[in-house]
Amino acid sequence: MKSIAELEAIKKKVLDSVNLRKEREEGVRVVVGMATCGIAAGARPVMTAFLEEANKRNLSNVVIEQTGCIGMCALEPIVEVYVPGKEKVTYVKMTAEKVAKIVSDHIVNGAPVIEYTVGAQK
Amino acid sequence: MQEISLNILDIAQNSIRANATLIEITVEENPESDLFAFTIKDNGCGMDEEMVKRVSDPFVTTRTTRKVGLGISLLKVAAQQTGGDITISSTLGVGTTIRADFSYNHIDRQPLGDISAVMVSLISMNPDIDFVYTHKYCKEEFQLDTRELRAILGEEVKLSEISVASWIGEFINSNLAIYGGAK
Repeated sequence: MKSIAELEAIKKKVLDSVNLRKEREEGVRVVVGMATCGIAAGARPVMTAFLEEANKRNLSNVVIEQTGCIGMCALEPIVEVYVPGKEKVTYVKMTAEKVAKIVSDHIVNGAPVIEYTVGAQK
Repeated sequence: MQEISLNILDIAQNSIRANATLIEITVEENPESDLFAFTIKDNGCGMDEEMVKRVSDPFVTTRTTRKVGLGISLLKVAAQQTGGDITISSTLGVGTTIRADFSYNHIDRQPLGDISAVMVSLISMNPDIDFVYTHKYCKEEFQLDTRELRAILGEEVKLSEISVASWIGEFINSNLAIYGGAK
């Protein structure tokens, strides 16, 4: 069983990386639509997948945030990725399976996954 | 919604929109007395009496992007199809409490689902709000209070840190597994 005491160790680890991060510029923001439409379409497993993938790769400069309904309910789950200095990229009809490719290609290597974006929708 | 936990995630968004700083979520399971219920209590802006009467109408919403608001309507149907119902009490400036009652054994009662993923979503995406999650299964009780986590983490380490969020998920899962609750 897990105990709250384990948080101390996590705190230490995070603090070390926070100090490193200060020298770097601002991080990547991943924004997940969490209104009724997004949740019903499967936003939660998508959000969980981003969390797991970022944790697995030890990406300490990524933050995952939520937003409401942006008015394209039929395209939910929708995820927006903001890389500092780059234009926002909007991914639609997201699934947990698509997340690994977005993390490796876009967040780590800077190349958006065009075929998952709203622009690739017909 | 395919799981009751998704309704919880959805309804809690209302508390977030109401600018709550503390949201208390309680899930109660008792197969022997055929009880399955959850309560979401917040200290947000609250609603007046007129609004409380109207919120379960799908054509009532406060947002301006569209004219429908389905969250509470969906929850109401999910509860009523098991013979249960929802109750909402609210006071302007004090907060809102919503409770949903289900029949535990009813065939149409959806499973609770992945409640730990729901709590991780809520906590990590709203790191400035405090959450208290209480899970009661018959006489067993588990509680997670983000104010306790905050006390350990200090000011510099936020609840939205990826490694903290992952730990919260594992912590809830490992505690709920003890007594076989969360079904």
